[in-house]
Amino acid sequence: MSSDRFKDEECRGRCGWEEFYRNRAQYDKVVRSIHGVNCTGSCSWMVHVKDGIVAWELQATDYPQFNAEIPNTEPRGCARGISFSWYLYSPLRVKYPYVRGALLDRWEEAKGRNPDPVLAWQSMVEDPQARASWTERRGMGGFRRASWETVEEIMAASTVYTVKKYGPDRVIGFSPIPAMSMISYAAGTRFLSLLGGVALSFYDWYCDLPPASPQVWGEQTDVHESADWYNASYIVVSGSNVPMTRSPDTHFLSEVRYRGAKVVVMSPDYSMASKFADNWLPVAQGQDGAFWMALCHVILKEYYVDRQVPFFTDYVSRYSDLPFLVKLQPGEENGSYLAGEFLRAEELERGAGLENAAWILCMADRSGQVRIPKGSIGSRWSEKKGDWNLDLVDLVDGAPIDPALSFLGGETAPVLFRFAGSADAVRSVPVHRVATVAGDTLVTTVFDLLLAQFGVSRGLPGDYPADYDADLPFTPKWQEKYSALSAETVITMAREWAENGIDSGGRNLIIIGSGVNHWYHNDLLYRAAITALILTGSVGRNGGGLAHYVGQEKVAPFASWMALAIAYDWVKPMRQQSAPNFYYLHSDQWRYDRPIGDYFPGELGPEFPQHLADLNAKAVRMGWYPFAPHFNQSTLALMREAQAQGCRSDEEIKTWLAQRLKAGTTKFASDDPDDPVNFPRLWFIWRGNAIAASAKGHEYFLKHLLGTTNSSVSASEAAKGKVNDVRWHEEAPTGKVDLVVDLNFRMDTSAVYSDIVLPSATWYEKSDLNTTDLHSFVNCMDAAVPPVWESRTDWKIFTNLARKVSELSEEHLPEPVKDVIAHALSHDSPAEISQRTVCDWKLGECEPVPGKTMPQLSIVERDYPKLYQRYLSLGPKMTRLGAHGISYDTSDVCESLARQLPTRSWQGERYVDLSDERVVADVILSLAPETNGELARRAYQNLGERVGKPLEELARGSENFRLYWEDIVKKPRRVINSPVWSGLVNGGRCYAPFVLNVEHGVPWRTLSGRQSVYLDHPYYALFHEGLPTFKGKLDPAMLDETQGETGLILNYLTPHGKWSIHTTYRDNLKMLTLSRGGVELWVNDQDAAGAGIEDNEPVEAYNSNGVVTCRAIVSSRIPRGACILYHATERTVDMKKSRKTGKVGGVHNSLTRIRLKPTLLVGAYAQLSYNFNYWGATGVNRDCYVVVRKLKG
Amino acid sequence: MDVRAQIVMAFHLDKCIGCHTCSLACKNIWSDRRGTEYMWWNNVETRPGVGYPKRWEDQERFRGGWKIDGKKVTLKSMPKGRTLANLFFQPNLPRIEDYYEPFDFDYGNLAGAPEGNDQPVAGALSQVSGEPIEQIKGSANWDDDLGGSTLYAEWDPNLPNRELVQKFDTIFMQYLPRICNHCLHPSCVASCPSRALYKRGEDGVVLVDQNTCRGWRFCVSACPYKKVYFNWKSGKAEKCIFCYPRVETGQVNACAQSCVGRIRFVGVVLYDADLVEAALLKKDAELVEAMRGLIMDPHDPQVQQSAARNGVSMQWLDAAKNSPIYALVKKFRVALPLHPEFRTLPMTWYIPSLAPVLSVLGDTHRLLDQGIIPKVENLRVPVQYLARLLAGGNGAVVEEVMQKLLALRTFMRGENLGKPADPEVLSRAGLDREAALQLYRLFTTAGFNERNVIPPQQREDQAPELRRKEAGFGILTRVKSERTDLTQRGGKDD
Repeated sequence: MSSDRFKDEECRGRCGWEEFYRNRAQYDKVVRSIHGVNCTGSCSWMVHVKDGIVAWELQATDYPQFNAEIPNTEPRGCARGISFSWYLYSPLRVKYPYVRGALLDRWEEAKGRNPDPVLAWQSMVEDPQARASWTERRGMGGFRRASWETVEEIMAASTVYTVKKYGPDRVIGFSPIPAMSMISYAAGTRFLSLLGGVALSFYDWYCDLPPASPQVWGEQTDVHESADWYNASYIVVSGSNVPMTRSPDTHFLSEVRYRGAKVVVMSPDYSMASKFADNWLPVAQGQDGAFWMALCHVILKEYYVDRQVPFFTDYVSRYSDLPFLVKLQPGEENGSYLAGEFLRAEELERGAGLENAAWILCMADRSGQVRIPKGSIGSRWSEKKGDWNLDLVDLVDGAPIDPALSFLGGETAPVLFRFAGSADAVRSVPVHRVATVAGDTLVTTVFDLLLAQFGVSRGLPGDYPADYDADLPFTPKWQEKYSALSAETVITMAREWAENGIDSGGRNLIIIGSGVNHWYHNDLLYRAAITALILTGSVGRNGGGLAHYVGQEKVAPFASWMALAIAYDWVKPMRQQSAPNFYYLHSDQWRYDRPIGDYFPGELGPEFPQHLADLNAKAVRMGWYPFAPHFNQSTLALMREAQAQGCRSDEEIKTWLAQRLKAGTTKFASDDPDDPVNFPRLWFIWRGNAIAASAKGHEYFLKHLLGTTNSSVSASEAAKGKVNDVRWHEEAPTGKVDLVVDLNFRMDTSAVYSDIVLPSATWYEKSDLNTTDLHSFVNCMDAAVPPVWESRTDWKIFTNLARKVSELSEEHLPEPVKDVIAHALSHDSPAEISQRTVCDWKLGECEPVPGKTMPQLSIVERDYPKLYQRYLSLGPKMTRLGAHGISYDTSDVCESLARQLPTRSWQGERYVDLSDERVVADVILSLAPETNGELARRAYQNLGERVGKPLEELARGSENFRLYWEDIVKKPRRVINSPVWSGLVNGGRCYAPFVLNVEHGVPWRTLSGRQSVYLDHPYYALFHEGLPTFKGKLDPAMLDETQGETGLILNYLTPHGKWSIHTTYRDNLKMLTLSRGGVELWVNDQDAAGAGIEDNEPVEAYNSNGVVTCRAIVSSRIPRGACILYHATERTVDMKKSRKTGKVGGVHNSLTRIRLKPTLLVGAYAQLSYNFNYWGATGVNRDCYVVVRKLKG
Repeated sequence: MDVRAQIVMAFHLDKCIGCHTCSLACKNIWSDRRGTEYMWWNNVETRPGVGYPKRWEDQERFRGGWKIDGKKVTLKSMPKGRTLANLFFQPNLPRIEDYYEPFDFDYGNLAGAPEGNDQPVAGALSQVSGEPIEQIKGSANWDDDLGGSTLYAEWDPNLPNRELVQKFDTIFMQYLPRICNHCLHPSCVASCPSRALYKRGEDGVVLVDQNTCRGWRFCVSACPYKKVYFNWKSGKAEKCIFCYPRVETGQVNACAQSCVGRIRFVGVVLYDADLVEAALLKKDAELVEAMRGLIMDPHDPQVQQSAARNGVSMQWLDAAKNSPIYALVKKFRVALPLHPEFRTLPMTWYIPSLAPVLSVLGDTHRLLDQGIIPKVENLRVPVQYLARLLAGGNGAVVEEVMQKLLALRTFMRGENLGKPADPEVLSRAGLDREAALQLYRLFTTAGFNERNVIPPQQREDQAPELRRKEAGFGILTRVKSERTDLTQRGGKDD
């Protein structure tokens, strides 16, 4: 070969054949859209259309720049996103409405007998044999194509029948995480809200909610946008596989290393994230908390006791509850004390006269004087405004306070500490005597308690560890047996962590996620890590704090979206239901759950409810928790009865109902979830995979909620004989739900198991809004092509359903009716300070008072024939909006919208017409402080009045800022400062949580107004969780999952994976081609060899919850004793039959079930108060074990 | 001096997240059609691993690239006295199992199955035969993230020691994205009996003329990177075209535009073709330096003049001055070629990846006491592994780069925290303050148009008036007579 062959051939584009590839690259138009999948990415994509067909997508690169020091955010978008175009025209696409064949047959028969659709539905659903013909065949194939008219009639008939027969709270809807397509989410909730149906929560259910966040900060979750990682100089990545699950954000992590940040990754496996670490710490899974506890021990010892760092002590004095006073109660054992409740202003002579004095805490100054600082939650809800702030000023005399962190040097008292897995310790603590109205009481500070809890002695007597090598809680040596990391590692890292905190001004960052948050004691694991942040002054800083990323929970224009989504413009409030307790009871997982005491050996007194189902019943009746359905009677029927019995006013009705509940004439449905009258009857699923990815305890769902015949549950009913308040039925019900409707663009597991599958438009076929917590941009979703085949947008589907429901209601529900909503005592409302002590009216400890000792009762009016018009009309109650306790006037904006936007008229009134999603988008954008600068100013002013500071300055410069739909179609746009959120973003600043609190003295929404290291609710004392502590993984022998099994038993982990976002993309051919073409279980090579399992060998994993079939991936990067099935799988693609059951294997959730942590059911107590997706038990699923064996042989 | 221009891509492996977005950006546009199902012009491999096709680096088996034969280089794949038999039988071609058997699923069954006694599923089907597949045994990225480490990672030809990946305590993992290297000395071009492959004059992109190709597949064998594929439907070879319809209009390659790890850089280099022959004869360990030697200083007036004589436009010369590739490869010497010992002079360059510090085996895992920023000798990835991958086995070359990366980090930590680092830190690594700040910018805050400096082609010499008025654009294939008019020298455009 002569080398002239490589001389450049002077083609210069004249080679005609080169048009071959140029033609391939050509396209006709480009449309900006986004993927509405719960991944937190929120990436803007350019969809290329050719010949009217979506050809491919490429990322947008035109995001606004932050300040010049921060790398830009382009491009955003991962392999999953770029494979989306495959779905549009794939054979997996739902192209037409489908109905389960047997159901359609019954319907046609019934319609033949009864032309009235509601009566027709009644005739088939009330005939057990007819009903079983479809409920028992769910998931077994046999779909038939139907017309939209037919399916709309069936759904509307079922809706009207259920409302009429059982009440509207038997109609439920599940759709996850609104932020990724908030209008599509609102489509269903707006319908349900007008109907009186129930919206189920998701964030707590997914275990994405970190309960530690409301515990410590009174905040659902507030985190850094990923660009702010670039401001950190020490980053610990823990339980979060950043490159895998935050792919578009990872570059900030890889790049900040070149700014000199250190990155430590704590991960039990050699994960993708470990690749980016300076140090990889292969921590034992689920035991991270032990490491953090010991790290805090070292910091307290070396940076609070051996030396004092003014930067740290000043921070914790101002921004944490460490200086607050805690009463010591005499304990039972030989003269020792127990940590009790915070000392309240009402207990002091000088403070007793203050408004809400029971909810105002105290500290001491350095002279030992007890002072009453501003900022406690009592000041948040007092008539007098302006005292709810973080100024260290006395509420009574206005004098400045120089707070004392410790009483060291004076009197001490022995205090009893109890630790899981270790002997009780009696440790001396510095104390102070305080004269209260009830006599002298012994107090100490949270700081003094904290040192004792962590075992830092300061020379005080008691069961303190002598040094780091002592194996006592919570030393570096002690943690070795849990974390499998050496004491030296903890000590070295603690010093680096503290020094970096000092050098950088608190730019220590923890990126954390479900790898930690999905364990039973997730709140304790998190609180340990958060304590390490608070102690180093690292919360409320750019580049510092806890960055918890699980779920796309941040709807940036929250207040206006919320109002529209739950139809506050017409009726308030909506029935919102926490999914964990709903599913725990309605999918009957409670029947298989052990008593609470088994989870907390030796900790419970006999007076505490013995089973979680009983505790739930208590929480519901005390207003801590919502439950749907509410009562064992229709709420509409109850209201009719109240009126029939002469109740005139709403107040009379409420009193009547409270007495009726007290008498037991009416019962809460949570007392008897297996009574058919309390079943949920009609289930709408949209935007999610409720029966698979979102069904922890999937096989229990199949058995009890759906009633299919292929459930593989083999667990025993451990609750039998263990419940008191809740009624036990010998025969567990199956098939509770009459009708399951799924709106979907693909035939996923939920579609396969539903009765009606509706073809929904994909993200390239509709207009919507999209935001995330990982960045501060507002993105559009937009239609590159019209909805293909017979698909429709979610908004249109629910619009048409609303029309049909209104039409059938003309006959069946013609008049306006009253409805009663029982909702929990809510955080961020005055009800959050309604229960100073735990008093149960059912036990005669107090009277049932709605809104005080029991749920709030709201009487609302339903007008079903008008539901459709209301759905499509922006109602009259939009003139004042708010969120998180802040509100602002919007009447002028609403007026101008009515002139600006299309309108519709009915019954003589004119309203903004919401038929078009783009109009809905403009309504949301116009009425939110994040996208309307004038409203931001008003909202800051509102908060400023409460706080007593001129906060409207924070809106300066954005007075004229407005975003419209047309703006975000052109390019992503950044939001502005808003008091609904605690970060500040103007001037190109990166969003970091709680900088508003630290820089502007706005309290956290907690009891003390500060970051809460100590939780003084009596239930926390009972469980010894008042202070940060460590409780490890649950004992596998207690889980009732693998008893009597031999062979390879592994801890079953389901972290998020590389080839899917939940189940979306799991069935995408492109993702399957880049992985292994199916479902895979990752197993350590030595574990696999021991069980004779080879790489790619078909295996099954099973336990008493169910069975999964899949193929093994054998790898040395997986630790021994654990296996990974990446979340989340479908059971639809190439799934083999199980050796154990002979049936097709299940989804990842076939092996899980939920176990609710009792301390998270507390309510009506400051930040421990319910709010939707905000507070409550979470659907933990990591404490789980499975048997793995070869599928054949 | 014979200076030519080449458009080049560089990859910052330390930032690669192994997400494969690039692979799909490419596949969606270029190889998502019949005949190309198994092709991944851009792919990403987990390392250690065997890659795609499996063990492509093993030239004992695949006989790709060049060998030194006395004082010249010859194709490894081509025995002396090529015979007609070779044309029809190619013993060194990869088999479909070396790639994978493309599969699909019977998705329609999910909505279409009649009612039965168990849940319907979408079973696997072969895209080759259409027959059901009982068990899928291969895919485009089978050993991703050390999957099947005992069967794949352990057999990475670059591993100095198999045991490294047998133990949880010593394994390591990185990613290697690969496209066609658009080599300066491409063995695929040399091997083609039909002369269907050529290296474009205007930008150095190597292409297979789809009209000329006769499907002999010598190029498939000859490419040591296995980046030329055979389209079974068209019977032609196809390969990465460096997205020429995009780059010749100044747009960024699909793979680079979609690179969410922001690891890719695209730019122009000027090289001296007169030096190529001598470079090829260097020892393996000297090849990196020899390749750097080919790349000329774009600011040197002599270089510019020589390039201009070869028809390189002013826009291209300007782009060469702002080229991120020149900075990374030549100025800062941090980017290295992939397997230079194959002697094709590949024009993709890689900045090696750092790795977490090794844990010491014991009852518990211990950190070495190594300070905030780790030291090279403690990194989990053995330098020798990277040297075999990126430096013809020359560990010193790799170490020089790693020292620079770590020194940069130490220096910038000082800047960031207001505690300036010892100036020795930079100088020991061969950097100064200005160089460090420039490198820092390229690695971090440099925006899209700074990471990708792509000058569009000027096409006004192609009789635009004639085309517009007579055939239009994209409507008719240009007629032969027109092309003859336009072609000044004998082209390959029939």
